This record gives sequence, C-alpha cells and structure tokens, in this order.
Amino acid sequence: MHKFADRMFITLSLAALMFTLLMLFALLVDVFVDGVTRLNGQFLTSFPSRKPEEAGILAALVGSVSLITLTAAIAVPLGVGSAVYLEQYAKRSRFNALMDINIGTLAGVPSIIYGLLGLALFVRVLALDRSLISGALTLSLLILPIIIIASREAIRVVPTSLQDGAFAIGATRSQVIRRIVFPLALPGILTGIILALSRAIGETAPLIAIGALTYIAFLPDSLSSPFTAMPIQIFNWVSRPQEAFHANAAAGIILLLAITLLFNAVAICTRNHFYKISAHCS
Amino acid sequence: MTHALEIRNLHIYYNSFHAVKGISITIPTNTITAIIGPSGCGKSSFLRVINRMNDLVPHARILGEVFFRGVNIYDPSVCEIDLRRRMGMVFQKPNPFPFSIFDNVAFGLRIQNRRDKVFLQERVEESLRRCALWDEVRDRLHQSAYELSGGQQQRLCIARALAVYPDVLLLDEPCASLDPKATKRIEELLQKLKEEITIVIVTHNMQQARRISDYAAFFHSGELVEWGTSAEIFDYPKKQLTQEYTQGLFG
Ligand SMILES: Nc1ncnc2c1ncn2[C@@H]1O[C@H](COP(=O)(O)OP(=O)(O)O)[C@@H](O)[C@H]1O
Ligand SMILES: [Mg+2]
Repeated sequence: MHKFADRMFITLSLAALMFTLLMLFALLVDVFVDGVTRLNGQFLTSFPSRKPEEAGILAALVGSVSLITLTAAIAVPLGVGSAVYLEQYAKRSRFNALMDINIGTLAGVPSIIYGLLGLALFVRVLALDRSLISGALTLSLLILPIIIIASREAIRVVPTSLQDGAFAIGATRSQVIRRIVFPLALPGILTGIILALSRAIGETAPLIAIGALTYIAFLPDSLSSPFTAMPIQIFNWVSRPQEAFHANAAAGIILLLAITLLFNAVAICTRNHFYKISAHCS
Repeated sequence: MTHALEIRNLHIYYNSFHAVKGISITIPTNTITAIIGPSGCGKSSFLRVINRMNDLVPHARILGEVFFRGVNIYDPSVCEIDLRRRMGMVFQKPNPFPFSIFDNVAFGLRIQNRRDKVFLQERVEESLRRCALWDEVRDRLHQSAYELSGGQQQRLCIARALAVYPDVLLLDEPCASLDPKATKRIEELLQKLKEEITIVIVTHNMQQARRISDYAAFFHSGELVEWGTSAEIFDYPKKQLTQEYTQGLFG
C-alpha cells in the first residue's frame, strides 16, 4: 500500500515536471519559429518603423543596455553598502528588526507599484521627466531589496572565526570588512547582483508606468534623454495587428532571452569559480 | 619580578548572566600562566577581556580593572586596536585566512601599512622560524594555508600573531583539535617563546598545564578558586576543589 502511494506520488510529480517543461519548450519553439529568420543584421541596426520589415531593435537594445548599466551603477553600491551596514555595523535593535521585515516585504512588492512610485517621485516631484535616469532610478528601487538580501546572506556566512582572527591582530572593523569579509562574500554578492539585474532587464510594467516611450528613432545621448527598452518594444510589436510585427516581437524575445541566459550563465560561473575558496574555510 | 598583567576584581556579565565573578590575579612577565577549570567556568571570557575582544560582544559588560604594564586597558584613552596589536591571540580551532602562507603571516604587518617587500619577507621568515615552521613551508610560501596539516595551521596562526612582535600571547585551548605529536611541538615552541613574551594559555589538559606552565589559576563557576605557581596548584593545592579537579575527579 505504501509502495503504491509512493509510486503515485512519483508519477504525479514527474507529470507535473513534464507538463511545465513541455509548456516552456512549446513556447520557446513557437518563438523561435516565428522570430529566428528576423534576427539579422538589419534588425539589430535599425530603428522602429511603420513598415515591419524595415523596423529594428537598435533603440530598444541600446536603451536596455544603458538602462541596466545605469541601474547597476546606482543599485549596486547602495545595496551592497546597506548590506555591509546592516550586517557589520548595525546594533541589534527593534528598529533594525523592523527594517529586516520591511526589506523582505519590499522584495515581494509587485513591480507596477515601483513604477507608480517612480512616476510620482522621479518623473513628477523631482521633475526628471520620462528620462533614462528616471527609469534607472525606478529599476534601482525595484532591485535594491534583492541585492540587499543576497549580499547580507553572503556576508553573514563568512566564518566568524576568520573575522575574530583578524580583529585579534588589531585589524579595524573596516580592515576586516575589506580584507576578510568582502573577498569571501564576493561570489554570493555577485550572484545576487547578476540575478537582480537579469530581473531588471526583463521588467516592463514599471517602465510603462513611468511613461517610457515606445517609438524612438534615436539613441539616448544623456541621462535626461527619453528612452525605450526591449520589453517595451516587444510589448508594442505584439500589440500591433499585422502578423509581420509579431515576427519582430519574437526576434526581440529571442534576443532578450539570450541576454538573460548570458547573465545567468555568468552568475553560475562566478559562483563556481569562487566556490572552492569558500568551501575551504567553513 | 615585574608583572605584565594585573587584573583587579574583574566581573563579566552577558546581559544579566554573571559569567566571571570578581577575579583578581597578576601575571608575571615572561612566564607561562595556565588557566584551568571545567567548561563554562569563564576561561575564554577571561582571556578575551585581556585583549578586549569581548568589546565585540554587544551584550557583554565588564567591571573591574585590567592593567597592562601599569595602564588600565579599559581606560577611555586606550585604543583597543593598538592594544590588540601588542597581544597575539590563538584560538581553539586553527583559523588561518584563505590566503597564502606568506600573506597569512604578513597580515598583521600589512594592516599596519608596512608594505616594504624586503621587510615583510624578513619578518615572515623570522616569524615562521620562531614557530619552527620555516623548514616545512619555505618552498611553498605562496600556496594556500589550507594545504597545511592541522598542527601546521596552528603553528602558522602563532607565527601570524608573532609577526607584529606582541608582548603577550593569549592561547585558548590551542591544542584541543591536535594529535599528541602536534601538541608536543606546540608545547616546545611555547617553552622557547616565553623567554621573550608573556604567555597565558587556557587548557583542558592537566598534563599539559603541569608540563608547560610556571603559574596556574583554577577557575570554577566564574570564580577564581586558587592560583599560584604550578607546583603549588598541582602538588600542594590549598583547596579541596582544586585537588579534585587537577586529579581528574570531575571536569
Ligand atoms: N557571547 C556570549 N553570550 C552569552 N553568554 C556567553 C557568551 N560567551 C560565554 N558565555 C557564557 O559565559 C560562561 C563562560 O563561558 P566561557 O568563558 O566560554 O567558558 P569556558 O571557556 O571556561 O568554557 C558560559 O556559561 C557561557 O555560556
Ligand atoms: Mg572556552
């Protein structure tokens, strides 16, 4: 009887897995079939156009790359700095316990909420307009909790015995952080950063909320430039009635998937690369 | 005889828990003092007060005075960082950094901004020689410290502490995780080192305490039951409790 229940369970879980994988696979095949022929040099180097066969992803690609670079430049120092503060300097207090809960909650807030916050705060109050910097600030807010949580986790597992060893020879707190904690926490921090950025690059809702444009026929040249991004361009093409635009959307999706996949591969490689070091001293 | 350390009426609290209860003891220069007593009696806490490592425990409170060469180290004018640079500490489990052997020994100098290559090389070699480790590692100074055996790692940790020329060496059960052969090497090493520095060692091993120490202090439930020369403590203890403990009747 037990055996039968066991088998049932295994069969059901396997079926669930297969179903998920099949769906995913079908989706990928569908996108590939639709888009792969559009993914050529012309597509990569052209601006959007009324004619689907002349349209390209250039503005969105450059927009996304600028957006992510800027987001990383803002969110990484803030996030890692906050994590170092919370793990290494903050005293245990009720205020900090409250902060912990808040950061956890913020990581789960739907991204559209961040978009609306960005619209109110950056676009309106700070009058930054629908610019690249507004977008980057909004995405930074979105991924800050993720970076903070991952970095804190990575910092927390650095063995106390090593930190004590450094303190005992007369290292200051900042020397312990720079020379012991940081190098050992780095793989975990990097993994967290890359995963957070790969989430940011696919975000659409917050950018639409702050009013990123969908039709841009030039490249962003400053922080205050209007911009578009890949998910927005894809969204725009998908919502057109003409079939040919859908091929463009599929090609854009393939490109976006490839970039996300690249981010994840880099994350896994950094983790494995540094894994040996941290495995040694636990 | 001069005193390297003089502890007066030391109390340690962790929150409301009274871990060390009014200990007074003097530690003479260039001797080995062994701290003995059952687990949880406050030996490590006592040791971590001497180099102010207990400052890192936010819920620890320290009352009393600790004089190091006549200066109360808990005086507000004393910088705990400077103090720790004059006191080496070796822990129960070897804790080399995940760097090369060379970088481990040079760590204490580098954080004091000593960068001169020749100087570092000389000091690293000298420290490793003092720990009788030089001949074993001279050809692989730039390999990871984790490639060493447990006993070698512990001697490396001693070399790391010695590299900054401390006046005092504090050891918290340094041989607890080592085999008898590695333990013997460390004991020999400490015997030699005491000619230059003052050593305080916590140990669970009565034979070891008897073999290497000049003075011994017996702690029990946070109190100092008795202290004196090793001969007094191990051969002619004044208190019944001391005799029972050193003869292994409890612990
Ligand atoms: N950081 C700490 N926080 C709370 N209690 C502690 C802490 N460190 C030690 N103690 C307590 O103080 C007592 C003495 O501990 P310790 O000094 O480590 O003893 P020993 O080294 O003799 O085994 C123990 O009861 C222990 O639980
Ligand atoms: Mg102890």
